[in-house]
Amino acid sequence: MMAPMASSPAIEVRDLRKTYGELEAVRGIDFNVARGEIYGLLGPNGAGKTSTVEILEGYRARSSGSVSVLGHDPQARSRELRRRVGIVLQSSGIYSQVRVAEVIAHFAGFYPHPRDVEEVIDLVGLSEKRDERARKLSGGQRRRLDLALALIGDPELIFLDEPTTGFDPAARRTAWKTIRSLKDLGKTVLLTTHYLDEAQELADRVAIIKGGRILAEGSPAQLGVGGGSRYRVAHLVDGELVVHQTDDPTRLLHELTSAALANDQPLDGLSVTRPSLEEIYLELTADA
Amino acid sequence: MPESLALLWRQYRFERHLFWRNPSAAFFNFLLPLIFLALFGAIVSGNRHELRIIVPGIAGMSVMSTTFTALAYNLTFLREQGVLKRMRGTPLPSGTYLGGLALNAVTNTAIQIVIVVLAGRVFFGLGWPSDPGELVIFVALGVVCFASLGVALSHAIPNFESAPAVVNAVFVPVILISGVFFDVKHVPSFLRDISQALPLDHLIIGISGGLVAHHGGLSSHLTALGVLGIWTLVGVVLAVRGFSWEARRD
Repeated sequence: MMAPMASSPAIEVRDLRKTYGELEAVRGIDFNVARGEIYGLLGPNGAGKTSTVEILEGYRARSSGSVSVLGHDPQARSRELRRRVGIVLQSSGIYSQVRVAEVIAHFAGFYPHPRDVEEVIDLVGLSEKRDERARKLSGGQRRRLDLALALIGDPELIFLDEPTTGFDPAARRTAWKTIRSLKDLGKTVLLTTHYLDEAQELADRVAIIKGGRILAEGSPAQLGVGGGSRYRVAHLVDGELVVHQTDDPTRLLHELTSAALANDQPLDGLSVTRPSLEEIYLELTADA
Repeated sequence: MPESLALLWRQYRFERHLFWRNPSAAFFNFLLPLIFLALFGAIVSGNRHELRIIVPGIAGMSVMSTTFTALAYNLTFLREQGVLKRMRGTPLPSGTYLGGLALNAVTNTAIQIVIVVLAGRVFFGLGWPSDPGELVIFVALGVVCFASLGVALSHAIPNFESAPAVVNAVFVPVILISGVFFDVKHVPSFLRDISQALPLDHLIIGISGGLVAHHGGLSSHLTALGVLGIWTLVGVVLAVRGFSWEARRD
């Protein structure tokens, strides 16, 4: 087979399944991540996000299905693939005595074409802490060090597993800016998160996962309209709010406005809203 | 230099660099055997027979503490902190990473053996090792044996908080019954039977042959070599089979 072309998807997942004994953590997942795309896996804890990502990262063997990451089977754990991928795990430690710039420089030596150490320190915003020992960093700063260590090898594909969990709002905005800048550099990002606003803010496309299955997939905007979700049309009648749910807002609006014109009664407080990603998410992930 | 060796060398230097930055590690590694030597040397000073037991005994204990104890602690720490998992996600080959950790431990063993030999000569007038070849062979085998057993023990330690308790529960009884501080002849026979089934007693016999004995040589310590060899095999199999790159999930 020829080497995959640059335009082939960065990640291809077909009917992926993972069982731990009796437990089916992943039950047949399909998705593609295009090159240069930020793809979000969104779901509650225990949905199968981390199992899926850890299979793609090469940490876990799949039970069945096929997986391709930059043209490689991650299960083979080839060094060639690990040189092209950067991983930010949900939690991972570092030697407590090590200094920021020192450990980034050390990791640079693992890769054939690393990025400049100072540039990466700047990118993640740790310039003022470059000589600090890792154990003296705050939680958010340590997370930025995690990101720096994942970026130092100049990877094509970056896995971010819950990158901003535990951040304060200001730190999250800064982290989001950094992650968006990766897209500007042409990187592909697979992001898992349980924050809706994070998925909405960063991801080009989102898959909502629950119980080991993908329940909905699309851009955050598309998810607002598709997936059986409904438009909400509301107006006031005698000061009381009347709410209609519909899959066909054009027809409903036509009926409402025709009736209003015929009766010469204005539709006070008329509004048409699409459900937010949050509402879709809550609807899809609600326990039946 | 081939690339893999260059990477191993780089990783090793990084480990050494960090090792020296941790003052308590340096203390336990180098001062502790000296303190033991000074104390027991003072207790038995002038008694050449006792000194010939204490010095090889402390050398044996040094081998065990720098490999078995250090690796059981360190690997548990690195595994539970997620450092192992992080390293596994980089292109650094796993063998190179673990090789750096092992060479770091072996360096401490070598430094301690040199300290013990020098202290034996300078302070206790013991003379240079009588059979350096035998000394090197036994220390080398002891290092592989206790390093692999230390790695194997780390698999059985559930979390870092319990590491000191588990490691000392093995280390302290073993050094007490294996004749580190006294002649095994004075030990009750059932304890002697246990200690003779364990590797440290045999390592000390071998080190003693290399350090202070003036007869016999390697060929007279084949039993010791055999017992150490068996424990090494057991250790290597257990170390490899149970190895985990990740903290255990609840």
